[in-house]
Amino acid sequence: MRTAERTVLVRDSALVWLASGVVGVSFGAIAVTGGLPVWVPVVMSLVVYAGSAQFSAIGVLLAGGGPVAAAATGLLLNTRTAAFSLAVADILGRGRLARFLGAHLVTDETVAFALAQPDPARRRAAFWISGVGLFAVWNLGVLAGALAGGALGDTGTYGLDAAFPAVLVALVLPTLRASPAIRRSALLGAGLALAVTPAVPAGVPVLVALAGLVLHGNRRTA
Amino acid sequence: MNATVAMILAMAVGTYAFRLVGPVLHGRVELPERLQELLSAGAIVLLVALLATGALTEGGGFAGWARPAGVLAGAVLAWRRAPFVVVVLGAAATTALLRAAGVT
Repeated sequence: MRTAERTVLVRDSALVWLASGVVGVSFGAIAVTGGLPVWVPVVMSLVVYAGSAQFSAIGVLLAGGGPVAAAATGLLLNTRTAAFSLAVADILGRGRLARFLGAHLVTDETVAFALAQPDPARRRAAFWISGVGLFAVWNLGVLAGALAGGALGDTGTYGLDAAFPAVLVALVLPTLRASPAIRRSALLGAGLALAVTPAVPAGVPVLVALAGLVLHGNRRTA
Repeated sequence: MNATVAMILAMAVGTYAFRLVGPVLHGRVELPERLQELLSAGAIVLLVALLATGALTEGGGFAGWARPAGVLAGAVLAWRRAPFVVVVLGAAATTALLRAAGVT
């Protein structure tokens, strides 16, 4: 891979890192201002490393839902990482270490970023560049937020909550353009997910979306 | 053991187990081509569902207009093949400006 291609991957990843870093800061701050000790968000970010699950678990905990409900909510949200890990299994690399380390780096953003690349070499580079950088920045952000407490204010002011869905739009759009079968499945899936959202626990809607694959059909190129 | 430590451990072990499904099965089980095709389609379906629910909902209800408007702005930019940076910053800026103008 040429240096220029790597530079593009780093540049595009850096934006996701920046946004995630700020969200990490807000996660650390929310946990600590809610009354949890600094080590809770910090250790959780290192060993669980899944933004939405961490927010949900801490949310349940701070709302008085208890640790069992908190863990169950977080785990339910993370069931999707099993599907993502299958999708990137051949991207990680052959070695045992690469596979065991790479597994921990499987997140929505990194998987989307890797799958958006046009060839296997770039997919692998994208996975590791995005994955390692995101892990570092997310954890540093959480640590900074936990130490700073509520000094940052409301991150909603910066519109960051719109940045993440937009990142995913940018990453899936080329695939959606190229494949009508995936487009049909994804539209049905998203519709189903939205329809059930008010009625089911967090984490379930995106799993329900997989039912959209019934429209994928059998044709190879469709 | 402290209940919070147990919660974090349970989440960590469970999440890592989910993440190992792919790497552990890979190379051991020969997946049929059709299933591999469905898996990569499934990843995209999951990502689209995540972005749709992330753009429109918050805590099981409607997220308000500012966020989906920002995501829509980003989607239009992406559709016009704007650079990644422009898409992401455009979405965040649109939402931030709407909120500054009093739209929630």
